[in-house]
Amino acid sequence: MEKDMERRLYADTGAPEGSPVVNPDPRTLGDSSNIQLFNEQLKLLNSGLTEEDRLNFCDTPPEVIKPFRGHWENFLNWARSESLWILGFGTGCGAIELRPLMTSRFDMYQYGIQPRPTPRQSSIFVIGGYASVKTMKRIVRSYEQMQGPKFVLGLGSCTINGGMYYDSYNTVNRLDHYIPVDVYIAGCMPRPEALLAGLMELKTIIKEGRGEGANKYAENFEWYKANQKRIIKDWNMPDYNW
Amino acid sequence: MNIELYKNLENSFGVTSLEVKNRNQSYIRVKKEMAVPLITHLKLVESYKHLSFFTIIDQIEKGEFELLYMLHSYSRNHDLGIIVSIERHETDMESIHHLWPAAETYQRELREMFGVEFPDSPGLYENFCLEGWEGIPPMRREFDTKRYSEDTFYKRPGRETNDPAKYMKEKIYPSEAETW
Amino acid sequence: MLSAILTKTFYTFISLMVILNYALLLIGSMARIRAKVQGRVGQPVWQPYIDIIKNYGKRTAVTHGVMFYLGPVFRLAGGLGTYLFMPVVYGFVMFENFSFSGDLLLVMYFIFFGQLGMALGAGESGHPYSPLGVSRGLAQMTAFELPFALAVISIVAQYGTLSITEIVAAQQGGWQNWVAFTNPFAMIAGMLAFLGMSMQNPFSVVIAPQEIPIGPPTEMHSAFLGMLQTNRAIFNGAKMVLFMNLFWGGATHKYLLVAILIMVVKTFLIYLYVNIVGASFPRFKTEQSIRFFLGVPTIIGIIAVILQSI
Repeated sequence: MEKDMERRLYADTGAPEGSPVVNPDPRTLGDSSNIQLFNEQLKLLNSGLTEEDRLNFCDTPPEVIKPFRGHWENFLNWARSESLWILGFGTGCGAIELRPLMTSRFDMYQYGIQPRPTPRQSSIFVIGGYASVKTMKRIVRSYEQMQGPKFVLGLGSCTINGGMYYDSYNTVNRLDHYIPVDVYIAGCMPRPEALLAGLMELKTIIKEGRGEGANKYAENFEWYKANQKRIIKDWNMPDYNW
Repeated sequence: MNIELYKNLENSFGVTSLEVKNRNQSYIRVKKEMAVPLITHLKLVESYKHLSFFTIIDQIEKGEFELLYMLHSYSRNHDLGIIVSIERHETDMESIHHLWPAAETYQRELREMFGVEFPDSPGLYENFCLEGWEGIPPMRREFDTKRYSEDTFYKRPGRETNDPAKYMKEKIYPSEAETW
Repeated sequence: MLSAILTKTFYTFISLMVILNYALLLIGSMARIRAKVQGRVGQPVWQPYIDIIKNYGKRTAVTHGVMFYLGPVFRLAGGLGTYLFMPVVYGFVMFENFSFSGDLLLVMYFIFFGQLGMALGAGESGHPYSPLGVSRGLAQMTAFELPFALAVISIVAQYGTLSITEIVAAQQGGWQNWVAFTNPFAMIAGMLAFLGMSMQNPFSVVIAPQEIPIGPPTEMHSAFLGMLQTNRAIFNGAKMVLFMNLFWGGATHKYLLVAILIMVVKTFLIYLYVNIVGASFPRFKTEQSIRFFLGVPTIIGIIAVILQSI
């Protein structure tokens, strides 16, 4: 009997032509406005975790850390822009464009850019192309583990508006609703030259002191979390990954 | 395909409608009950030892799913596709994970994407690609993926779509485009 | 008394600054040379400075416990200990550091010490790749300690002293007096061990970025990583100075600047040798490098010891 019920959920009568398509509205399935993030002490609830797991994770939300003023911050921003360490996480097909950058033809090392295998040490996250919902979960986790100031570079049209996958059930259309993005590079695929141009653009943004994505994330934490939790249905990780 | 082999299979398994695509590729159809015995026979006796892929075609107009088992024989240098039709309501199918352990991954995927159940297949309800999916499996044709995407993800305004063929013609042959 | 202490502090500070800046520039220029070998332009020579400034300038940091703090501190203590207990330039008070009659033993101990401290800190981080990298590092270290120790024993037997200053003093008076020529077997064993010690390419499995992301410092970030990078420079400089002192006659001259220049040229050549090997050979697996060190280098080391003790 139970199995019968279960099957009814999946099995649908072969819809005759012209009949209206019955589609569950995802907004009614997982209502984002009901997501509760904080308890009374303004600590994260971590409701996705089990009781004993909760003790192992930090429940402090991210904080806005004000930049220094004047020349000191300018100097630090210069150092940040001249030493960009890319997180080696190829999230989509665009990651293939990162490899030529290491080779002798494009050689990103001469601009102070190098790959780094761990999110803890890297400062720039290149989202290479489409971000599926499953990858989005990993992207959020990796992004939150990076130490601020951190920058995100959206590579390819898919990160801008979904690109050729704009109508896919599994591809995130606008990346900047889930994590703050500093630079977009349009194209499908952009060539490595375009990627280098984007990195140079990012450098000027950092030098002008506009690369405050981490603070933006902390300021609009609830909005980002609501967006993320709306698409990531099985949220079995802490609300903020330190 | 060897016509003798087809005759054999026709007699013993009720195989129908042989379709020869070329020298190295042909397709046969078989009833749902005889499918797994046939595949077992092909693997153990007729040297079709390799499962190339296993997928489903949603024939919504006929109200059925077509399961396609693609087998390959190294000694015959031949691909054999076995098409099994099942009703869209009756989405149970016998598992073939005992023949190829790798088939359980295919079956996990098909369970997730089409909602076809393979009882006793190990790890059938584990996540394959979608995590925590609710509602109609997305590869079924009655699932409106565009509408789902519009409802779920945030659209960026200002997106333009062109018909590729028309657009290319206009770009490449602008003078002739006026006459069309 | 007080003025003596202050003078010593000042001298130590100067000597530390010299080796830190020199080693950072050396690391940067060697990265550039490696890039040229690969047909690239390569990073600027001052890139290590920028990296260190950036890492210290990070706004957030996460800790995993007390040992996580102490890991980089121990590592830095290892680097400083190696450097501060040997003379950098022979014959000048300013660069004599805290060398004393038994400093060779202490320096050898300190080379090991940093790794052990790092092992504690990396273990605390809880990342599985960190202990993996540490275990590889310690295994490899145990292997290359053997030819290195044999080479040192041979030199100690040759000159009958455990003081680096005296070993350098005994090598003065021309290149024919250098250990490299008076005791070539010890030199070969030592220089082969140095390849493993500097963790350049054939023996870089410890921090292999492709398989175990960056190894022991996987979880180290922000200022922790900045500290490790600072230490890396000092430690590299210290090791090169040690090998220069042990095998290549140290650095000395009538004038301090010329003596420092000699030190720079010799250590540059020693590091260049490591980089030439690194650019030419692919990476060894852990067991391969252990087999390598326990093979030919150890035999050469034993020969060196036997020849000296006859």
